[in-house]
Amino acid sequence: MTQEALLLSRLQFVWVIAWHILLPAFTVGLASFIAFMEGLYFAARRETYLRISSFWAKIFSVSFAMGVVSGIIMPFQFGTNWSRFSDATANIISPLLAYEGLTAFFLEAAFLGVLLFGRSLVPRWVHFFAALMVAAGTLFSSFWILAVNSWMQTPAGYEVIDGRFFPKDWMAIIFNPSFPYRLAHTVTGFYVTTGFVVIGVAAWLLRKGRAADEARTMLSTTLWVLLALVPLQILLGDMHGLNTLEYQPTKLAAIEAHWNREARAPLALFAIPDEKQETNRFSVDVPVLGSLILTHDPNGVVPGLKEVPPDQRPPVAIPFFAFRIMVGIGLIMLAVVIAGNVLRRGGQLYNSAVFLRICEWAAPLGFIAVLAGWTTTEVGRQPWTVYGLLRTADSVSPSLTGLDVALSFAGYIVAYLIMFPAGVLLMARIVRRGVEATTTEGPVEGGRPDLPVIALPGAREEGGRS
Amino acid sequence: MMPFTLDLVPIWTFILGVGVFLYVLLDGFDLGVGILFGFAPDTRSRNLIMNSIAPIWDGNETWLILGSVGLMAAFPLAFAIIIPAVYFPIAIMLLALVFRGVAFEFRYRDADHKSFWDHGFSWGSIIATFAQGIVLGAFIQGFKVDGRHFVGSSFDCFTPFSLLTGLALVLGYALLGAGWLVLKTDGDIQLTARRYGRMALVGVLIAVAAVSIWTPLADPDIAHRWFSWPNLIFLAPVPVVTAVIAFFVWRSLSGPSEAGPFIGAIGLFLMSYLGIAISLWPMIVPHHYTLREAASSQSTQAFLLVGTLFLLPIILLYTAWSYWVFRGKVRADIGYH
Repeated sequence: MTQEALLLSRLQFVWVIAWHILLPAFTVGLASFIAFMEGLYFAARRETYLRISSFWAKIFSVSFAMGVVSGIIMPFQFGTNWSRFSDATANIISPLLAYEGLTAFFLEAAFLGVLLFGRSLVPRWVHFFAALMVAAGTLFSSFWILAVNSWMQTPAGYEVIDGRFFPKDWMAIIFNPSFPYRLAHTVTGFYVTTGFVVIGVAAWLLRKGRAADEARTMLSTTLWVLLALVPLQILLGDMHGLNTLEYQPTKLAAIEAHWNREARAPLALFAIPDEKQETNRFSVDVPVLGSLILTHDPNGVVPGLKEVPPDQRPPVAIPFFAFRIMVGIGLIMLAVVIAGNVLRRGGQLYNSAVFLRICEWAAPLGFIAVLAGWTTTEVGRQPWTVYGLLRTADSVSPSLTGLDVALSFAGYIVAYLIMFPAGVLLMARIVRRGVEATTTEGPVEGGRPDLPVIALPGAREEGGRS
Repeated sequence: MMPFTLDLVPIWTFILGVGVFLYVLLDGFDLGVGILFGFAPDTRSRNLIMNSIAPIWDGNETWLILGSVGLMAAFPLAFAIIIPAVYFPIAIMLLALVFRGVAFEFRYRDADHKSFWDHGFSWGSIIATFAQGIVLGAFIQGFKVDGRHFVGSSFDCFTPFSLLTGLALVLGYALLGAGWLVLKTDGDIQLTARRYGRMALVGVLIAVAAVSIWTPLADPDIAHRWFSWPNLIFLAPVPVVTAVIAFFVWRSLSGPSEAGPFIGAIGLFLMSYLGIAISLWPMIVPHHYTLREAASSQSTQAFLLVGTLFLLPIILLYTAWSYWVFRGKVRADIGYH
């Protein structure tokens, strides 16, 4: 192992996981949104809900296919580049990863075909049930993957024998200290991300004067949901922060660029952290606010980076700025949602061109926030893969050279720069074609189900593709 | 937690052994169809060929995820040694599979560049298969291991032998793909598939013979396994049965049989798979670690087994059912896309 191999392996992992996470960030929320619309259709029998659901189901099938393809790459990364991590932790994390694959395979595969192709072939309640099961499948996937990730952040229920982790208590492993907070915060983040895409598309349709009925329903219902979810997400983020303070104080200190342990700590709104001098430059501080936010007590003690030796500290600037980007976007989202609901009271929701424009621009915000949040928590975990126990430098495959990883990394860069624009192009085309193009009987654009099931015979006649 | 100690290693060996074989068969024939796809004469037959695998090919690929995670869960030491040792073939395989998936989507949607995407699908299939064959060859040859880690170079896996197994697998998957096409098509396309199937069969037999001679010459352990007394008697049926199946495949490719070539090709794969298993048993990292030594802890295996015994049979059942749903010949006027 060389330093170049380590650095490049980390960058390669960042590259493949950052692209991949965008897909669950969208499909987890979208699956639930489709199930929600199916539920409304089932209860109210309004065709509008049906057309909305069918429209988004097309987009779902494309993003889901991309999620599967980019997902195949992920488990191999553990083997190719992080073999020492795999050797050390497989006894604990691999069954969780395997359960992710099995449950996702089971629920999503079994019911996705029915959801996408079976509308005219199964009773209405079965179709609704299938939508619920697909949504449940995406949530199960999130559950298992975040259990693994949380265990790496706050390991529990293990014993170490000869430098390897062995399971002692599976419940403690799965429900490790940061897991409930991370799961809630991440899934809510995924929901909010999807919600902003939905209102962005709805706003675009409204501004173009297309599918007014469907677009209004999308905008209105989603804004109600977001009115609950965005403040909830801020609350969950705060709870997650308290959890980090308790279990990963050094990470928290890095997020706040906080060097000395102190009570009545200030909050740095902006700073350029200087790791060599162990101080901040150009900092804009608000006195006492740090303690107040982080500990909910003006006299609370906030940990400092200097409490641990430099070789146990994460990079400071990256989590510091990533966290501020995430929080900033959260506040913008809150403003958009409040503005929307104020406009609604004045009856101006659907015809304020400015607000509709803002909704369109805000559509990708959730993805940026998810990436920023992910960066915060993963870079903040450094220099460890298993927090406090296994170093990232000791996790990489020993046989790799810088050249090896440079070659594979170049390959992944090219592949993702083909795959993702291609997928986005497909989805944009579906959006441009609009809700009107959706027939409830025809085949779903984006092709076949992505798993080894096809709903029922005769469900996918060709002909509606042009 | 040791009230009972049921030995789970054989159970996981069985599950993973069957799982890998299923993956090889399922993704094998659709990769094989992709390999033959490049030889199809016109757009109409290409569309038909594509439709014969459209409903199932990427579902087959999902088994690759379960296979890799299954290996990591049941035999983590093997995962941690083998996967970095075949660094480039794995990366190349993944990239080829990604490109193949994109090409599949776009050949339907981007009519102006259909020929480009068709070639992309075909080359993606060939490269992914060749890379898998290199993994196989490198695995049979074994790796440079120190303690619990692979310590060789990432380029070690490219040897004359692994290039041969790469070629053998391309021919083997092509044979499976030809068998599938004979089963699923008729007329000209079926005749073409029969012709390419015979060519692939000849190539496969030459390659299998070469591998079968090469491995015992290169590896005294393997030679001892096959040629020592009384193994010689017990194992003699393996090459004999293989020869009989090969003859059957040749006959059914030439004759009217429609299911024969596919079934026979599966038989050939099964015999080759058994041959490799016999050569290497009970090692999972050849020359270094046995299945038992590489196995994960009892608690890990038990924890995963509970859910697997429930979920896997159901997944297998509806996989079989979805194949049943799409039984019969593909027709030009009905697409699955």
